[in-house]
Amino acid sequence: MQENLFHEAMENAYLVQIEQFEGPLDLLLHLIKKNEVDIYNIPIAAITKQYLEYMELLKELNLDIAGEFLVMAATLLQIKSRMLLPVEREDEESEVEDPRAELVRRLLEYQRYREASSDLVVRNLLGRDVFARKFPSPELAEMEPEEEPADVQLFDLIEAFRKILSRVSVDTFHSVGADGISIADRISQVLSILHEAKTVCFDSLFTEEMTRDLLVVTFLSILELCKLKLIKIVQVESLGSIWLTAAATDDGAEAAGPDADDLELEGAFVG
Amino acid sequence: MSGKSLKAIVESLIFVHDHPLSLDRLALILEEYERADIRIALEDLMEDYAHSDRGVVLVQVGGGYQLRTRPEHADYIRRLNKTKGVKFSQSSLETLAIVAYRQPVTRAEIEYLRGVDSGGVLKSLLEKKLLKILGKKDVPGKPLIYGTSREFLELFDLKDLSSLPTLKEIQELAPPDPFADQPALPLAEEPPAA
Repeated sequence: MQENLFHEAMENAYLVQIEQFEGPLDLLLHLIKKNEVDIYNIPIAAITKQYLEYMELLKELNLDIAGEFLVMAATLLQIKSRMLLPVEREDEESEVEDPRAELVRRLLEYQRYREASSDLVVRNLLGRDVFARKFPSPELAEMEPEEEPADVQLFDLIEAFRKILSRVSVDTFHSVGADGISIADRISQVLSILHEAKTVCFDSLFTEEMTRDLLVVTFLSILELCKLKLIKIVQVESLGSIWLTAAATDDGAEAAGPDADDLELEGAFVG
Repeated sequence: MSGKSLKAIVESLIFVHDHPLSLDRLALILEEYERADIRIALEDLMEDYAHSDRGVVLVQVGGGYQLRTRPEHADYIRRLNKTKGVKFSQSSLETLAIVAYRQPVTRAEIEYLRGVDSGGVLKSLLEKKLLKILGKKDVPGKPLIYGTSREFLELFDLKDLSSLPTLKEIQELAPPDPFADQPALPLAEEPPAA
């Protein structure tokens, strides 16, 4: 595993894929909720700015940005530019449609189905809440959780990291070599911290004196550890502080030996 | 005593069968009885179970009747089975909800609503038999149309599709749905079995 991690550093030295992403609509709803703005009157310039900031951050983290996110970015910019254009002759009956209308309709529709899906999951599920003499199908009986559900939303995690990054000034000099540390090394460090302390506050892993690169490496290490199911990330209450714990060790044998191919983490040298 | 009462016979049939048993099927099996009497027997049984302090209840689910445990006993049964039950990812749930409410629905419509590629999640839901292919849509490209299966109803404790909770209405404020002009079947009707 270690050898695999240390493949020669390529231009895109590391690539972490996040599966919890539900797409650009999810991100937009998150931004709207976070800013507490009216969905029927979205301040498009501000939301577009924040959306693009997230995209920038994802790019900086080398996270795989799905094409849909780029399409939405283009849509937002198009809406923004249409909002800036003067409205032609309003005296005529032909009402000029709000450029945001289509997007708002999609967001509301999407939100509606999200709510419907949360209504579904609280029902009395067969095999979870209620039981019959036989389970409907062997495929379902064997159905393992597809992925460990993240107790913390990815966006919350990125948001927390964004706050940390914003504390560091961007124009720090790029120090070569000094504290260059690979993700693999940082993963071991974080793991050993966790094995000692059991529970660690997310913020405490990022200290004042760390360089921007080290912050990014640390964040990527946390994502990778989460993906490998070696740690659990929890949040006590919504918007509360985020905590990391070492994953339960009873299924450690399974988690400890991930297939090297699954590890989209190669030659992870940064710094 | 009442060894041959219709109620007891119906109860034994439901007990033995491993899927919800429909009234139609019961009527077919119990040809010497009136359908109306079978229905009354079923209602009586449901009443009996609901009002007695027993571990199982008779419920209407997936178009039939089935004996199921009470949700408040789930924890004990999970100890016995050593399972936590199925868990869904957000993407599976979203897709299930969209198909459940919008069926018959194509992949393009699902992806338009979700804003992301949904091929993988559709495939996995088909494999788990929660969705099924209802046919092909009569539009260019003849895309497949998807609907939910009987297993979906059984899993989510739904009597039929019309017992899905109603979707919250959204205000009309934008151009109509680009798919609205394409014909859609009524929701409540279970399409004929393939």
